[in-house]
Amino acid sequence: MESKFSVDYKDCVAKIALCGRLDAVNAPVLQDELKKLMGSSVKDMVFYAKDLEYISSAGLRVIIFAKQKVGVDAKVYLVGAQEAVLSVVKMSGLDNFMFIQETYDE
Amino acid sequence: MLRIDAHPTHTSKCGKYRLRAGKPLPFGATIVPGGVNFSIYSRQAANCELVLFQKHAAQPCAIIEFPEEFRIGNVFAMVVFDLDYEEIEYGFRIDGPFIPQEGHRFDKTRILMDPYAKNIGGRDVWGEKSNWEDIYQHRARICFDDFDWESDHPLEVPIEDLIIYEMHVRGFTKHPSSGVKHPGTFAGILAKIPYLKKLGISCVELMPIHEFDEFENSRVSPATGKLLMNYWGYSNVGFFAPKAGYAATGKFGMQVDEFKNLVKQLHKNGIEVILDVVFNHTAEGNERGPYISYRGIDNKTYYLLTPDGYYFNFSGCGNTLNCNNPIVRNMILDCLRYWAADYHVDGFRFDLASILGRDQNGAPMHNPPLLETLAFDPILGKCKLIAEAWDAGGLYQVGSFPAWGRWAEWNGKYRDDIRKFLKGDLGTVGAMAQRLQGSPDLYSWEKRGSTASINFITAHDGFTLMDMVSYNYKHNEANGENNCDGSNDNDSWNCGWEGETSDPGINRLRVKQIKNAVAMLLVSQGTPMILAGDEMCNTQWGNNNAYCQDNEISWVDWGLLAKNQEIFEFFRKMIAFRNAHPVLRSNGHLQNRDYMGSGFADITWHGTKAWNADWSINSRTLAFMLCGRHAKGGQVDDNTIYVAMNMHWEMHGFELPKLPHGMLWHVFANTDAEPPHDIWEVQEEKNIENQAEFLVGPRSIVILVGK
Repeated sequence: MESKFSVDYKDCVAKIALCGRLDAVNAPVLQDELKKLMGSSVKDMVFYAKDLEYISSAGLRVIIFAKQKVGVDAKVYLVGAQEAVLSVVKMSGLDNFMFIQETYDE
Repeated sequence: MLRIDAHPTHTSKCGKYRLRAGKPLPFGATIVPGGVNFSIYSRQAANCELVLFQKHAAQPCAIIEFPEEFRIGNVFAMVVFDLDYEEIEYGFRIDGPFIPQEGHRFDKTRILMDPYAKNIGGRDVWGEKSNWEDIYQHRARICFDDFDWESDHPLEVPIEDLIIYEMHVRGFTKHPSSGVKHPGTFAGILAKIPYLKKLGISCVELMPIHEFDEFENSRVSPATGKLLMNYWGYSNVGFFAPKAGYAATGKFGMQVDEFKNLVKQLHKNGIEVILDVVFNHTAEGNERGPYISYRGIDNKTYYLLTPDGYYFNFSGCGNTLNCNNPIVRNMILDCLRYWAADYHVDGFRFDLASILGRDQNGAPMHNPPLLETLAFDPILGKCKLIAEAWDAGGLYQVGSFPAWGRWAEWNGKYRDDIRKFLKGDLGTVGAMAQRLQGSPDLYSWEKRGSTASINFITAHDGFTLMDMVSYNYKHNEANGENNCDGSNDNDSWNCGWEGETSDPGINRLRVKQIKNAVAMLLVSQGTPMILAGDEMCNTQWGNNNAYCQDNEISWVDWGLLAKNQEIFEFFRKMIAFRNAHPVLRSNGHLQNRDYMGSGFADITWHGTKAWNADWSINSRTLAFMLCGRHAKGGQVDDNTIYVAMNMHWEMHGFELPKLPHGMLWHVFANTDAEPPHDIWEVQEEKNIENQAEFLVGPRSIVILVGK
């Protein structure tokens, strides 16, 4: 599967669709995309991860970056993540600041 | 700010990689703008090459020679640009003299791991067999050094207030009965935090978690046919990297994040983390051992060598790290600072620490520079430093380890004396008085206080508590060494039958002896340490040296928890009792005098007659009273506590010291009684009718609270 993602920002909700792998190769690109949201009043930051197959250390760091720099007051959601991704997220402690759920209702 | 040195100046000979002269410090691989800085020391090297692999690849994808102008002093440093640092593994090839009799063993055909590798691949999943023909077995990887610690900070609990719980990362949850999702890993410990909190301990001491090779010296046991492994892991491959096989995410190379998260979550729950560190030798063994790293980088710097170039073996493991060589000393310091600063660990326990005090010829020093450096280091300033104050070369320094007021010790004499008294040996009450007070006989001469003493009755090395009351002799046949390995001096007593039995009398006595041991441990001044699993009567079936047993022999069997709830509850309540009573947790030594004007000395000694302890050689009874007004040197107020110990097989009446008007004795624990009358919750101690005398059952301990 091709690794790509899209960022969609509307009505204070940022929706980020992830797909394939999120690692050191493409994490900086996503990070640059998310930087564009800095200064906007993001309320919810939603990572759609149904099609994400693998997330590396660098990938996790983008999510932490997003929380720290973009959405300090935002709620961060991880939606529909596969088991392999979910395990990594939980064992590295990211589940403490994210809402992990199957779907996201606006 | 835009850096003006973030662009390449050179191209590798193959034309594929863009390079620049690197910075010599820090050593190792460091992510810098645009690339990775590689830096390695070797004093005798003629030249050095950086070898790059794609992750798991059999052959290198690049070999880049350090240009001569990139060497500064004895350090090769180079920035390589545009690397996919999550997918790269790196090593070095170093050319230099091969003259073993002079200590040099360079071999330019070997690919060598970076001594400063922060992440090491090659044994990513525990027990998964590698390709033994692989030209590079333990592969250095590049590591992020950032982590979202939020407000986490080492807890800095005063050492006298800690209750240490020693565990093996894998053994703690590997048994199927543990019920965790990721058995045998850091994530497994994470899942057991609620259990640890319930038990009440405040510090976990992890047996070695640095990268080691579980297949080192692996072999089939002739006795059992099972594979024997390097299970304990006292044999470092790399000092800076957590063991990948201990992380559920090790297969993704994310052990660094997983372990940091464990530390963070333990801290959130008020539990400190102490690492067992092994700086006395490495996994490279002697002349016949493999080239992993140090041997091929600068053999003469890293190892203690005999005049004709052989390896000294003070560790019993083939080689001895040259700890007081300035280069190695700095590496050890860098390593400990890294774990303290980047992993937020709270302290270290140094395996065979006496080796750290030997000079470059192996002779013990009076003021070893390494130990002094660690004692005064600013970054380690609040870390606990605990020595295993002996080595395999015959140096035994319990009570005399160079301390500078900073070092604590595993108190082996505490273990031995408590065990002897517990089984009813004669001539032990004098020593017991010392051990209960934090061993002033060993430590007060240097004004080290009771905080110098880590009190333990059991540890990973030796019998479990259950086995200590079930076996007179070690039973190490499964280790495949004809039962010759492991200590013969166990001071254990099987209570009448060797091993498991259905005899209810013997089993009852064993339960009582376990309770007696726990009671003594937790009312002693000093810092108590408990072996994980003892609180549920974990057994190793008499094996007192389970270093190679990666199986049910060494794993904690959580099925025993329900079966031995009585013991678990006794542990839990004794721990709560210690935590509730500062009078048990003095910092300095007790003075045996009344400096508060309370009418009682801080500690007073009694026996079957109050104020009249029987110190004779035939005595098996001893009682003491701690005056609550003297708690923490008189700075806080506590209850008065009285402990009567009767290790005789007959019941004895103990006359109780009379309390001041208005105060009464209440019973907190009585190991002779059946549950629920054996121990009470703190503050729910039971009034006793007879305030003048307490009948203490055979081989029993009674703890009273005066309030």
